[in-house]
Amino acid sequence: MTTGLETMTSDSQADQDWRIETGTRLSRAFSFVCLVAFAALAVAPLLLSRGVVQDLFFILTMLTLAQSWNLLAGYAGLISVGQQLFVGCGAYALFGLVILAGLDPIFAIPLAGVSAMLIAVPTAFFAFRLYGPYFAIGTWVIAEVGRLLLAQWKALGGGTGTSLPRDATRDMLGISLLEDWFGMRAAAAADALSFWLALIVAAITIALVYKLLRSRQGLGLAAVRDNETAARALGVDARRLKTMIYLLTAFITGIIGALIYLQKARISPDAAFSLTDWTAYVIFITVIGGIGTIEGPILGVLVFFFLQNAFSAYGSWYLLALGALAVVTMLFAPRGLWGLISDRTGFELFPVRRLLRGGLVVPNEKGGPNG
Amino acid sequence: MNWLDTLLQGVLLGGLYALFAAGLSLVFGIMRLVNLAHGDLIVLAAFLILLLVSSLGLDPFIAALIAAPLMFAIGWLLQYHLLNRTLGKDVLPPLLVTFGLSIVIQNGLLEAFTADSRRISVGSLETASLQLGSINAGLMPLLTFGSAVVVIVALNQLIYRTALGRAFRATSDDVVTAGLMGIRPNSIFAIATGLAMMIVTIAALYLGMRANFDPTAGPARLIYAFEAVIIGGLGSLWGTLAGGIILGLAQTIGAAVNPEWQILAGHLAFLIVLLLRPRGLFPRAVD
Repeated sequence: MTTGLETMTSDSQADQDWRIETGTRLSRAFSFVCLVAFAALAVAPLLLSRGVVQDLFFILTMLTLAQSWNLLAGYAGLISVGQQLFVGCGAYALFGLVILAGLDPIFAIPLAGVSAMLIAVPTAFFAFRLYGPYFAIGTWVIAEVGRLLLAQWKALGGGTGTSLPRDATRDMLGISLLEDWFGMRAAAAADALSFWLALIVAAITIALVYKLLRSRQGLGLAAVRDNETAARALGVDARRLKTMIYLLTAFITGIIGALIYLQKARISPDAAFSLTDWTAYVIFITVIGGIGTIEGPILGVLVFFFLQNAFSAYGSWYLLALGALAVVTMLFAPRGLWGLISDRTGFELFPVRRLLRGGLVVPNEKGGPNG
Repeated sequence: MNWLDTLLQGVLLGGLYALFAAGLSLVFGIMRLVNLAHGDLIVLAAFLILLLVSSLGLDPFIAALIAAPLMFAIGWLLQYHLLNRTLGKDVLPPLLVTFGLSIVIQNGLLEAFTADSRRISVGSLETASLQLGSINAGLMPLLTFGSAVVVIVALNQLIYRTALGRAFRATSDDVVTAGLMGIRPNSIFAIATGLAMMIVTIAALYLGMRANFDPTAGPARLIYAFEAVIIGGLGSLWGTLAGGIILGLAQTIGAAVNPEWQILAGHLAFLIVLLLRPRGLFPRAVD
């Protein structure tokens, strides 16, 4: 064993040029596209109408929810059907902090994320006791408990809910600045501000997920997903990794919940803890786009937005078709639309596979890059 | 005698929850599949019975007798052609497919029957009651509880005394070896789901006769069924009945304190059991 290790070290010292990397030419080109897209989206509120900005806000928030659910279910194997708990808790934390404590919404948003994460600690304690499929329903039960408990909170309207006072959003930090600089009206400025926050959160989430997957923890996560027993035998602390990811996604989901309800300005327990809006749609987006890839939710949210606009007037027929589409995808293309595309083209926009690059290639030498 | 009355109501309500749960428990026990559409299938069966009652003017019990084989066929087809494809080492596909199915059934029912809440009418039976010493027990809750006991006895007999039950247990233990012994797991699974759907029909009959239901009532039934299974412990049908009773007791006691706390009290009882006995009160299965 020891000699083997020594040989390996001396080999790598001899070939200084060898390096492990995950990027490809395509992914580097795509990261440039991402920067351009980010810049274009950042100036959108200055150029586009309020309706378009609100649509983009919706896309970005759903994208972030889908990315964090994808991290949870697609990478950590934690299939939660109770993410509405964190949307609701984040939203209620925002309303509580703004209405009862008089805090500026901008400061309340990160605190809402923290409250959702705090709620996730006891939730994880209970839900992690349940195996696989039962974990799913367990998270759902806890989300129901959250909804029923908040319906008892009379200061925030109980079961019927409450509205954010108009002044709270009008006097938000930065609104007057936007009014002065760009001549926006208060309502448009509030929309622009929430849009920018959503854009930043979405960008950070995608970057964070990508960074996580390329890190040691990401490797551990993939190992746990492929074979938990073997991974644990090699020293991967599966439980700790899963808990960490569960808390992280709760934080992100809580922030998005706060943002969504800051923009809606009206909350009720049934809406904030809606299974359909905050979990079913999110699952459909991820599954149709491609679960277990970063590209999947991005593609999925665009498809979802198109379907929503084209067919949502059909009410329950629309939901029925969406559910059926998710079932068909899961059965016949389990890796979703992005899986179909990358199988045909070999494209990976966010590659996480580790490749050994550089140095001299000596094809016949044993113990080479793949030996 | 008010408290005694509440306790009796709670125990009898547990019978209904055990009926919700028995099918879920059976399917999980045999193929490790958690059907997230279970609650919606109960509501689907309730609408089927309602349709038979209102269009043919049948007695609800006769209607359930006709609905049961239909539901068996639905369950068989569902399992054979859809859910069997999702079974495997990965728990993700069956969960996501049944979740999608749940949304499909709910919205299909909404289109077919609108969002109005309905009830299966049984005339005087609804209000009939029995004098038990100093307290009154509704005939309908008693009948529900009795049916739950009969269903569990019958299922236990089937599982432990018949050739089919032996095949169930064999596939549950080891699919590959069972296959070598001439059992076809796919058709065993389909029969199991069909059977579960017959129990679902019985559950739906009592659900529809005792309370109002509407197309969106499914998820809550799934949650009650799930809680009863977990409280009772996996793999034991009598445990599931006990779990249902505990859930029913918690809900009726909660409701007696404050009507708004009924559902919450049930969930809290579930969480307390999960805290103290993570494997349930009477576990038998290892997973």
